Amino acid sequence: MIDWSYTAVTIAVILGSCLTLAGMLIWLERRLLGVWQERYGPNRLGPGGCLQSLADMIKIFTKEDWIPPFADKAVFVITPAIVVITALMSFAVVPVAPHFVVADLNVGVLFFLAMSSLAAYSVIIGGWASNNKFAFLGSLRAIAQLLSYEVFMGLSLMGTVLLAGSFNLSDIVEAQRHQWFVIPQFFGFLCFFMAGLAEAHRTPFDMPEAEAELVAGYHSEYSGMKFGMFFVGEYLSILLLSAMTVILFFGGWHGPWLPPAVWFVMKMFGFIVLIILIRATWPRFRFDQLLTFGWKVVMPLALVNLLLTGGIVLWKTGAPELSMLP
Amino acid sequence: MAIIIVDNKSYTVDERQNLLAACLGHGLNLPYFCWHPAMGSVGACRQCAVKQFKDDRDQSGRLVMSCMTPATNGTRISIDDPEAKAFRASVIEWLMVNHPHDCPVCDEGGECHLQDMTVMTGHVYRRSRFPKRTHRNQTLGPFIRHEMNRCIQCYRCVRFYRDYAGGRDLNVFGAHDALYFGREQDGTLENEFSGNLVEICPTGVFTDKTFFKHYTRKWDLQAAQSICPHCSLGCNTTAGERSGTLRRMTNRFNSQVNGYFLCDRGRFGYEYVNSEQRIKHPLVRSGSDRTQPGMPEGVPKTLELAADRLRQARGIVGIGSPRASLEANVALRALVGPEQFYQGVDEQECQLLSTILNILRTGPVPSASIHDAEQADAVLVLGPDLLNEAPRLALALLQSIRQQPMERVDDLKIPQWDEAAVRNAVQNRRGPLFMAGYRQTWLHEYATDSYFAAPDDLARLGFAVAGSIGQDAPTVPDLSSEVKDLAQHIAEALTHAKRPLIIAGTGSGSQATIEAAANVAWALHQQGKQPRLSFVLPEANSAGLGLLGGGSLHDAFDAISQGKADTVIVLENDLYRRAEQAKVDAFFDRAHTVIVIDSLEHRTAAYADILLPAATGPESDGTYVNQEGRAQRFYQVFAQNGDVKESWRWLSDLAHATAQDVESGSGVATWRKFDDAVSATATAAPELARMGEVAPSASFRLIGQKFPRQSERCSGRTSLLSHLTMHEPPPPVDEDSPLAFTMEGYRGPLPSPLISQFWAPGWNSIQALNTYQEEVGGPLRDEMPGVRLIEPVATKAPAWFTSIPGAFQPASRQWLLLPLSAVFGSDELSNRSPAIVERIVQPFLSLHPSDGARLSLENQSTIDLALHGTTYRLAIHFESSTPVGTVGLLLVPEVSGVRVPTWIDLCEAIKTERKRRAA
Amino acid sequence: MMNTWLYARNLLVGLWIVFKRTFTKPVTVQYPEERPYLPPRWRGRIVLTRDPDGEERCVACYLCSAACPVDCIALQAADRPEAHDRRYPEFFRINFSRCIYCGMCEEACPTNAIQLIPDFEQSEYARRNLVYEKEDLLISGTGKYHDYNFYRVAGVKTLGKEKGQGVNELPPVDVRSLMP
Repeated sequence: MIDWSYTAVTIAVILGSCLTLAGMLIWLERRLLGVWQERYGPNRLGPGGCLQSLADMIKIFTKEDWIPPFADKAVFVITPAIVVITALMSFAVVPVAPHFVVADLNVGVLFFLAMSSLAAYSVIIGGWASNNKFAFLGSLRAIAQLLSYEVFMGLSLMGTVLLAGSFNLSDIVEAQRHQWFVIPQFFGFLCFFMAGLAEAHRTPFDMPEAEAELVAGYHSEYSGMKFGMFFVGEYLSILLLSAMTVILFFGGWHGPWLPPAVWFVMKMFGFIVLIILIRATWPRFRFDQLLTFGWKVVMPLALVNLLLTGGIVLWKTGAPELSMLP
Repeated sequence: MAIIIVDNKSYTVDERQNLLAACLGHGLNLPYFCWHPAMGSVGACRQCAVKQFKDDRDQSGRLVMSCMTPATNGTRISIDDPEAKAFRASVIEWLMVNHPHDCPVCDEGGECHLQDMTVMTGHVYRRSRFPKRTHRNQTLGPFIRHEMNRCIQCYRCVRFYRDYAGGRDLNVFGAHDALYFGREQDGTLENEFSGNLVEICPTGVFTDKTFFKHYTRKWDLQAAQSICPHCSLGCNTTAGERSGTLRRMTNRFNSQVNGYFLCDRGRFGYEYVNSEQRIKHPLVRSGSDRTQPGMPEGVPKTLELAADRLRQARGIVGIGSPRASLEANVALRALVGPEQFYQGVDEQECQLLSTILNILRTGPVPSASIHDAEQADAVLVLGPDLLNEAPRLALALLQSIRQQPMERVDDLKIPQWDEAAVRNAVQNRRGPLFMAGYRQTWLHEYATDSYFAAPDDLARLGFAVAGSIGQDAPTVPDLSSEVKDLAQHIAEALTHAKRPLIIAGTGSGSQATIEAAANVAWALHQQGKQPRLSFVLPEANSAGLGLLGGGSLHDAFDAISQGKADTVIVLENDLYRRAEQAKVDAFFDRAHTVIVIDSLEHRTAAYADILLPAATGPESDGTYVNQEGRAQRFYQVFAQNGDVKESWRWLSDLAHATAQDVESGSGVATWRKFDDAVSATATAAPELARMGEVAPSASFRLIGQKFPRQSERCSGRTSLLSHLTMHEPPPPVDEDSPLAFTMEGYRGPLPSPLISQFWAPGWNSIQALNTYQEEVGGPLRDEMPGVRLIEPVATKAPAWFTSIPGAFQPASRQWLLLPLSAVFGSDELSNRSPAIVERIVQPFLSLHPSDGARLSLENQSTIDLALHGTTYRLAIHFESSTPVGTVGLLLVPEVSGVRVPTWIDLCEAIKTERKRRAA
Repeated sequence: MMNTWLYARNLLVGLWIVFKRTFTKPVTVQYPEERPYLPPRWRGRIVLTRDPDGEERCVACYLCSAACPVDCIALQAADRPEAHDRRYPEFFRINFSRCIYCGMCEEACPTNAIQLIPDFEQSEYARRNLVYEKEDLLISGTGKYHDYNFYRVAGVKTLGKEKGQGVNELPPVDVRSLMP
C-alpha cells in the first residue's frame, strides 16, 4: 500500500533539497577552501557570499549553448543529463529519517550500486563524444578508475549487509540502533569511503578531470549549462557519498535528543567537510599508483574484511543447516 | 685541398683561401671588419687575430691576422686561445672608445656587423672615461645618409667605392685617429653603385636614406626573393615589406648573376610600389566619351562588364609587355590567341630582339652571365652605354680588367685575396677592354681603347674585327687606316684572351652592331677560343617576351585600322612610350573598347574604358627572363591592398567571365594557382620547357611545412591591426608559392629562392651570407640561380652576317638623333620613385662641338625642338664624344614619347627658335 | 610496513595541519575597500615618458616591440624636421588586452621612455578600449628616471645640439688639420 501523496511530498522535498544543497555545496567548498588557504573565498554576494551559486547559476544559464562542430552531437547532449539523473535516482533509496524515503526498496544497496555504475557511463561517453584528446584521456582514466573502484565499493559494503542481514537501507540503519557499523566494519568503511571518493572523482582520485594535466578532463569541451550539469552532478555525488556513508556506517538518523532528520543532515555535513578538507590537503595520485592502490591494497582489504565478517556472522549465528542451502 | 687544424680539430679547406675565409666557411665564428669576400684582405682592422702554432709541440704560438694568412696544409691555429680572444676584445674596445651611443636611432641597428662583432668578442662595458671624438656629417644626396661618428676606420667604403666600383668622389681625409670618410665637400655621391656602401659599411656610417623615411628594423621586415625589374640584367634582390608598404630593397646574392652588389637604380627604384599613382581599384568608363574619367567599380561588376564587351568584340588584340612577367604575357596570349598577341614593343625593337635570340639559339657561342663577364679577360663593348643601360654589367667589366694582370700576380705567387699585395703587383696594368660607342662616360677611363662613332661605324669596326679574326669572315673594304689599326689591335687582344666577351645591345637601335658582335664572337669561336656574347636588352623581361614571339606594336595598330579587331587588351604597357603619340591616339580612337591592366597611372591607363589594377613585382609571383636568357622567379613579398591582383589572375578571371556563355578554347580560364600559370607557360614556347625548374613549386614543403617570409623575431603581431579590429585576422593564405605570410614554418637549409632574408645566429648583418655559402664567396648551398633557357647547340657558326653598312655620312641639314640612356630617368618604373626622381637630370641634346659651331649654338644654351608634333625644351651640351652628324637625346621622362633613332632637321628647329625669340 | 604507517600518519597530520588553518585570519586584502601599497617599480600600466626637457623620450628604435613576448607593441618610426630632427614614433600602439605586464619592454628600452607604473586598474567592457595609442600612453613627466636624456649622450645631431655639444664629447674634428 503506497501513499502516493506522501511519496510525492517526499520526492519534492528530497529533490529540492538535493539540488539546493548541491548548489550551496559549491559555495561551501569554495569558502572552506578559502578558509583553509588563509583567504576568504566568495564573500561578496549575499550574507557571507552565500548567493554566489545563484549568481553562477544565472551566468551559466545565460551562456551560449555551444556544441563543438567536431563532437558527436546526440551523445554529447545527453551525457550531462545522465550524470544528474543517475545521481538523483540514487537519492530515491536514501532514508533520511524513519519512513522518510522515496522508495524503501528491499534491494536499496544494489540499486545504489547500479546507479553509480550507470554514472560511470556518462563520464566515458561524455569524453568520447567530445572528440578532444584531453577529454579522451580523461575518459580512458575514468574507465579504468571507475571500473576498478566499482568492485571494491560493492565488496566493502557487503559486510554491513551481512551484519544487518538485509539489502534494505532502512533496515541497515535500524540495525545500527545500538552500535554503528563503523566499529565492526572499520575497514569496510575505509574501503567504501575511498571507493566513494573515486566514484565521485574527488581528490585524491580526481584523475579523470585532473585540471593540471588534462584541462578539465572528460568535460573539457562542455560549457554553459551542460558544464553546469557536470558540476552539479559532481556535488550530488558528494552528497550521495556522504549520505551513504552515514547510512551504512554511522547509524543514519540515529542520535539522541535531536530529531532524526537533523542528525542525519549533521552527520552528512561532517563528511562533506571531511571530503573538502581532503581536497584542501592531499595531492592527486599518479594514475599507476591509483590502480596499484586499488587492486593491491583496497581489494584484498575488502575481501579479507568480507571473509572475516562472514566468518564472524557464521560463528555467532551457527552454521546453517545443510538443508537450508539451495 | 688543404687540411688545417683549428682548436685541435681538423678541417678540409681550399688552400687558395685565407684562414679567415676558411674558418668562416666552416661556420666558425671569427670576427672581422675590413675583409670582404669580393674585395679581399688588407689586414687593416686587426680584428681577426688568431693564434698560430708551428706544430703540435708549439705551446706558445704567435698572433697572426687570419685574413692575411694563407690556409696552407697543416696550418695549426686556435681561435679560442685566451691571448687571441683578449687581443680581439681589446680591438673592439678601442673601436668602441669613440663609437657613439646611438644604436637606438641608427638604421644599421639590428643588422649591424659592428654590433655582431662586439657581442661575439664579449665587449660589454666602455671603460674609457675620456670624451668621444665627433665628426660633422655630409649631405650625400637622395640615396645615402652619412653619420661619420660611427666610423671604425675599416676602409671598406673607399676600397669598394674607389677600387672596386671606380668611383672618384669618396675618399679618406685627415690623419691619425681623426680619419674622415666622405666627399671633399657636401654633394651627391656620383657613382652608380653608391648604394652598396650601405651593405659594405660594417656599421651605420652609410645608411639607406629611402629606408630612413619609412624605417623598420630588419627583423620586422617581411621579405622574399625579388628580381629587379629596372633593367634587363635581372639582378636578384630581397624586398622587405611591413604594414603594406615596401620598405627597402637590398642585394640578394646570386653567384651567377649579381653576386654581392647592386646598382642604385635597382636599390633605390623600388618606391614606385608605394606610389600615390598606384591604381588600387578597377575603373570603368560607362559611355564612349574618353574625355570623361572612369568611375570606380566593384570587381565582380567590372569583370561582368569586361566580359560583355569581350563577347561582343569583333576581334581582340592583346598587347603584351616586356616589363610584365612571363606568366602574365602567356595568360594574355592564351586569352586572345597567339595570332592576336602582339609584343607591345615597336617594330625595330621586335626585330632586334628576334635577331639576338636567333644569334643565341643558332650560334655556337653562349650568352654570358654577369659572373662570366667578371671572369672575362678581354672585352669588346660594341655600342651599348653600359653604365646607363645595364649598370651592374659595367661593374662586372671593372672586375674583368683585373683578370689579365692577375696572371702576373699568380706568377709572383701572391694569393689573389691579398688585396694590397695584388694592387701593388698590378699597379696600373689593366686587361683589354675596348669600348666602342657614341657617348663617353667615366667607364671609358678604364678602357684600353675607346672609339666614338655613329652606330653604323661601330658596326663596321665590329665587322672589321671579325674579319681580321675569322678565316672567311666578311671584311670591311673601305676602312680608314686608323680604324683598321684599331680593329687589328682589338682582334689581337681578343685572340690572345682565354675567355673573351663581346657585348652589344639594342640601345642604339642598330641591327648592324648586333650582327657585327655575333660575327666577332663566332670568329673567335672558330679560332678555338671560349668567347661569350652578352646583349643588353631594353627591359626586364624583353628576352622572355621575345621567346613568346608575336607581332610588333605596329602590327597591332594595323590590325585595328584594318578592322580585324575592335577591342584591345593592354597588359602593363604604356604605349605612349613605344610609339608616336599620334599613332597611339589614332589606335585608341579606332578601338571600340580598351582594357588596360596596369599598376601605375599613365597616359595609356587614362585611355582605358576598363582599367584593372595590376600587382607590381613585389606583390606578385612571376618569372622574368633576363638578357642572358636566364629565367628567374620573383616571389610575392606581401599581400596586395585594395582590389589589386596579379595580371595573370585578372586575365584568367576575364577568360573565366567571358567563357560562361561561349566555349573558350584557351585554358587560361581554368588557372587558379600560380603553378597552373607556370605549367601553361612551360608549354608556351619550346625554350620555356624548363620553366618548372626555375624555383620550387607551390607544393614544395620540408617536414610538411611552408617557409616563413617573416623573421623569427617579427614583432607587433597582436597590435598592428588592433586599432582596426580586435580579432587578429589570420594572415593571408598563399596558394601560389611555398612561402607563407607568417613567422611560422620550416627554418633551416633552404633552396636559395625560398630564403627570406640572410640571417644566422650571431650574424644579424648581411655578412650572415657567409654561412649560406658552400664556400665563402662561392655559390649558396642549394642554390637555384635560375635556369638558362638558351644554350648553344650548334658547334659551328652559321652563315656570317654580311650586310655591312656603309660608313656614316653626316648630312648637311639633317642630324641623326640617337638615344642616350640615363641610369636615373630612362626606366619607366624607377622613375616613379622619389629618390630616383631627385637624380633625374633635365633632358639635353648632346652635340659635337664642330656641329655646334656649324649651327652657331652655344654650349649650355637651350633650344626648342619640335618632334612628331610636340615641342621639347632642351639644353645643348657640347660633347666631343658625340659623333659628328649625330645628336644624342637623353631619354628622361619629359621626352619619353620621342622615337629614336631618327633623322631630325636641327637647322629648322633652331630657326624657329630664333624667330620665336625675336618675336 | 613501517612506511605504510608513516604514510598514513603523514596523511592524517596533513589533514590536521590544514584543519588548524580554520582558526587563522585570512591574508587577503579586501580590494577595492582596502588599497594595497604598490612599490614604485610595480609592473602595471605602461606609459611613455618625456625627457627632462619635455621632449618625447621614445626614439622609435623598435626594441620594445622586439622584446615583447606577446607582440602587443606596434610602432612606426618617423622623422620630421619640426620634431627637432629627432626620430620619434609616428604611432605607438599597445594592445593591453594582450599585454602580460612582464616589463621586458621597459628592460629593453634604451632611452627609459617606456615605463611600467603602479596602476593596474585597466578593466574595460570592450576589448577595443584596451588598445592604447600614443596619445593615451604619453605622459608629461619623466616617470621613474628623472635625469636621463638620451639625445644628450648620443652622438647624433639634433636641433639645438650640434655635433660635439653632447655630454662627454669633443668638438668636431677639423679634417683639414694635420696637427697631431
